[in-house]
Amino acid sequence: MLRFALLRTLSAIPTLLLVIVVAFIMVRAAPGGPFADQRVLPPDTASNLAAAYHLDESLPQQFWRYLSGLARGDLGPSYHYRDYSVAELIGNAVPVSLLLGALSMLLALLVGGAAGIAAALRRNTWFDRGITALAMTGISVPVFVVAPLFVLIFAVWLQWLPASWSGGNGLQRLVLPVIALALPQVAYIARLVRGSLIEVLSSDYIRTARAQGLATTSILRYHALKPALMPLVSYLGPAAAAVLTGAVVVESIFGIPGLGQLFLQSGLNRDYTLVLGIVIFYAVLVILLNLLVDLAYGVLDPRIRER
Amino acid sequence: MSGIAATGGRRLRESRTVRVSASLLAIIALAALLGPLISPHDYRDTDFNARLQPPALDDFRVFGSDDLGRDLFVRTMSGTRVTLLVAVVASFVSLVIGVAYGAIAGYAGGTVDAVMMRLVDALYALPFIFLVILLMVAFERNFLLIFVAIGAINWLDMARIVRGQTLALKEREFVDAARLIGVSPGAILVRHITPNLLGIVVVYLTLTIPQAVLVESFLSFLGLGVQEPATSLGALVNNGVAHLERAPWLLLLPATLLAVMLLAFNFLGDGLRDLLDPRHRSQ
Amino acid sequence: MFATPYIKVHDIKVQVVDSRGGRLGRRSIAKPLSLLVVALFAIAILAACNAQPEFGDYLQRGLAADPESLDPHKSRSTEAGDVLRDLGEGLMGYSPDGELEPRAALRYALSDDGLEYTFWLRPEARWSNGATVTAEDFVFAFRRLVSPETAAFYAHSVADIENAADILAGTKPVQALAVSAAEEFVLRIRLANPTPYFVALLSHPSTFPVYAPGAVEHGDAFARPGRFVTNGAYRLVGWQLGATIDLQRNEHYWNNAATAIDRVRYHVIPEPTVELNRYRAGELHVTSNVPSEAFQRLRKERPDELRVAQRLSVYYYGLNLTRPPFRDNSALRQALSMAIDREVLAGQIVGRGEAPAYSWVPPGVNNYEPRRFAYAELSMEERRTAARDAFAQAGYSKDNPLAVEIRYNTSDANQRIALAVQSMWRDTLGVQTTLVNEEFQVLLSNVQAMQVTEVFRLSWSGDYNDAHAFLQVLQSNASSNLAGYRSEKFDNLMQRAAEQTDAERRRRYLEDAEQVLLADHPVIPLYFFVSKHLVSPEVSGWGDNVLDYHYSQHLSLNAAN
Repeated sequence: MLRFALLRTLSAIPTLLLVIVVAFIMVRAAPGGPFADQRVLPPDTASNLAAAYHLDESLPQQFWRYLSGLARGDLGPSYHYRDYSVAELIGNAVPVSLLLGALSMLLALLVGGAAGIAAALRRNTWFDRGITALAMTGISVPVFVVAPLFVLIFAVWLQWLPASWSGGNGLQRLVLPVIALALPQVAYIARLVRGSLIEVLSSDYIRTARAQGLATTSILRYHALKPALMPLVSYLGPAAAAVLTGAVVVESIFGIPGLGQLFLQSGLNRDYTLVLGIVIFYAVLVILLNLLVDLAYGVLDPRIRER
Repeated sequence: MSGIAATGGRRLRESRTVRVSASLLAIIALAALLGPLISPHDYRDTDFNARLQPPALDDFRVFGSDDLGRDLFVRTMSGTRVTLLVAVVASFVSLVIGVAYGAIAGYAGGTVDAVMMRLVDALYALPFIFLVILLMVAFERNFLLIFVAIGAINWLDMARIVRGQTLALKEREFVDAARLIGVSPGAILVRHITPNLLGIVVVYLTLTIPQAVLVESFLSFLGLGVQEPATSLGALVNNGVAHLERAPWLLLLPATLLAVMLLAFNFLGDGLRDLLDPRHRSQ
Repeated sequence: MFATPYIKVHDIKVQVVDSRGGRLGRRSIAKPLSLLVVALFAIAILAACNAQPEFGDYLQRGLAADPESLDPHKSRSTEAGDVLRDLGEGLMGYSPDGELEPRAALRYALSDDGLEYTFWLRPEARWSNGATVTAEDFVFAFRRLVSPETAAFYAHSVADIENAADILAGTKPVQALAVSAAEEFVLRIRLANPTPYFVALLSHPSTFPVYAPGAVEHGDAFARPGRFVTNGAYRLVGWQLGATIDLQRNEHYWNNAATAIDRVRYHVIPEPTVELNRYRAGELHVTSNVPSEAFQRLRKERPDELRVAQRLSVYYYGLNLTRPPFRDNSALRQALSMAIDREVLAGQIVGRGEAPAYSWVPPGVNNYEPRRFAYAELSMEERRTAARDAFAQAGYSKDNPLAVEIRYNTSDANQRIALAVQSMWRDTLGVQTTLVNEEFQVLLSNVQAMQVTEVFRLSWSGDYNDAHAFLQVLQSNASSNLAGYRSEKFDNLMQRAAEQTDAERRRRYLEDAEQVLLADHPVIPLYFFVSKHLVSPEVSGWGDNVLDYHYSQHLSLNAAN
């Protein structure tokens, strides 16, 4: 187990390095720079700035400087928010993004899971078909359509909830973004759970249990549910990635000061280090999540562990 | 008895969804192609006296006009064109890369396969969408970049599926026969394996296109897609958000069209997959 | 992206069911899951409770963006300037109506040669920690400003101080800077050449004093809540990036008795429509902007709350003079400039009280009368005729039409203006105009490269209330001269104005220089910006001014119902 985790972690390093190289090249090849402005800086000031941020070195030198900083756990200073380090800025935005993402995932798991189980138990009834159709709709309607519609309906027309992050307090302002972000995942999870529970319920050993006279609830609780929910574990990785992506849109629609917004802005500002820092953060997050999913699988399924 | 009848009925129903969604898509595509020709307006023409007009029948303003007085119907239709075009071409790009990569890995097997698939695994861990955003933020936006960006995301799935199929096909008699009579591996791949991949590839293509539509409109929504005055559905939705309060039709009409289109694509893909590959049938 | 889980489903389910059957299922997953739910909701509720206290005696102000820094030497945005003017205080400052007056200084004197300023500081001035503000604090700040190590954006703004340019270039040590503390409260600044607008510069945040022990102790990150020692009416007590900046009355401020409002909260709200909604909900006293869609309605519904004032800022189309078609073709440039109906542009296309621009220097600049285009007095119809003549003289006609490109950074307003100009040029001159929108950074780098641009959109704002702030931009050696304008005549007049100590004579040189500039048409000024705010009736003390400076210490809140 430990060896497995270690191997996976080690194999993530080349991936990470690739991410860094690609992002570094892209952000550096972009026109403009962190200090460009229509109030063009006089040559002396510009060269002093370049020297202060080592932008006067050759690109390979700068890349090496960045990498060695990284090896020491230093993401460097932000080029736009000159008082702040990249780590501070990311640290500022992460709690907001994490709260948003975690609540959405949770909501999706609860609602999607329940809907999927209910649909599977009432297979081929109107209820099941309704859930399936709803799920299909949920998958098909992208978050950047859902979120503005929510704003239009619940904030502009009904005026129940604030239209933006800075327009409300606490839980209030979380409601619309969390639901908008969760919706497609609810749909996926409902479909996934429904399909897999139906398959488990039709397997031989459940039939045996049923033949022994066990009630449906206890069959579900003791025998069917856990194996039926197993595929969910493997879905968590892609789901988390999708939530992170959707968060960029949701944050921009609701004006939430999270990582997605920070990333877009850092790109527009050519804040080189911040761009790289956030890309690396996301890459590590995705790699970690995938690793966790694999490990969870190992724990839950002994056959994989022994492999 | 009843089980068989139920299966037959379901098949029929599913093929009905396939038929319905396919015709819906055909209608949308046709409207996108012909709509701008029928309308007296041009998608670029501004009219400062007709800004934010609600939908009306006179003057063929069926979708109303936007904040610059441009006709929303024509813009929505030409936006649909752009979205579809980008999605189809990008999917095709991912298809070519994915099929070539997957077939080679699957057919070669052994170390080559292991290395190639390990690379795919590694690429899965990349935060692609962020690199794409970076790409679009940093450079002048053009169609080519969008194709490359979306294709780069989507070919991984295709490569995995094709590889799996190739592994199975490789063991079939006709491949053995070809090998025995001395056909070169390259020729086997091109002449014998690839044609047999066609079915599954087509099915997955119908599932890839809506994903590409999604990515394209996602980028356009963030203002990183096609350049004004050209437009796409995502860009229209984005503009609609800005005028939510005063002109909700600017959001509602393109958003609905986009949703319906994606729904039809997903139903079509699902239906086709079920027909072709019963293993994936949702029971 | 999502196909993977479906494929895995089949393999795994079978394995699990076969191997462990029911025994696995007995350990319910409900318990850990519900624990997770409780934990997450607890976090959410905690985050909710963390919300700041409500309205009360706060002045709530909108801010369009996070300041990139509150370090006076590392910031340059208008937002940073707005907050810094509440926190700090330079030798000079502005009254609510925009009159320049001594602030941290009691008075000042200028030597007869126009080169040496002496400032007598207020002995009662205190830092927010109670320490005395001395001339040494200013010396420290000025040295830090010009030090190459600091790499301050505005270092060049004081380049007229003796030796400053050499220090910036790294050829002299910072100690050489001719800013010295003659006594504890007497500051001397010696200039390399007469600079009449120099005192106006001393109101800019980049010239604020810096509390040396703080900067030494905390290095580059001293401008943070809890660390930032300031000498203005307020001190920094909170800064949540992307959300709020909190200021509290500085009890040690020398004029603390005149400060009416105890706490100021800046809300970072980039979207003007959101800001308007919050204002309408009574959550803001002052907005930083007014959305253009709502402007006409607000003018009717809330005429007393809508504050619109001329600003020292011009929206212009630059022409690339280094390449055809505009190189050496002043007639063509004039034709294009004349064919634009600025009344329609400013009045209808932009339409928020902006003034049409017939000069480069905006009206409202101290001690200056902007020159106007020669054709400004003609009617639009006469201008069109003259434009066609000039167009023909430039060698173009309906048969030999001009094809030109306007580049602008992507935004609704820029696009509207470009479309309008496009149709005006087409209707009057038959010009075929292509519109190219680019992301701002891309536009900037293209404009600077001068390789592909023809017509480009930019704007210019004055940092100080003097015609020099605008005219210097187009000097041959100015770094912001993006049109590539080179005129010996213009440079000479500017040089003579710089050497002049007599205000009246200097003014005439500057006005002559603008005359030369306007005749050459290197740029096409379109309109002058206005500042737009909504100011709650509860707020008094608000003054409109061309610099758009509104110090919180000048405002007060009427006893709110």
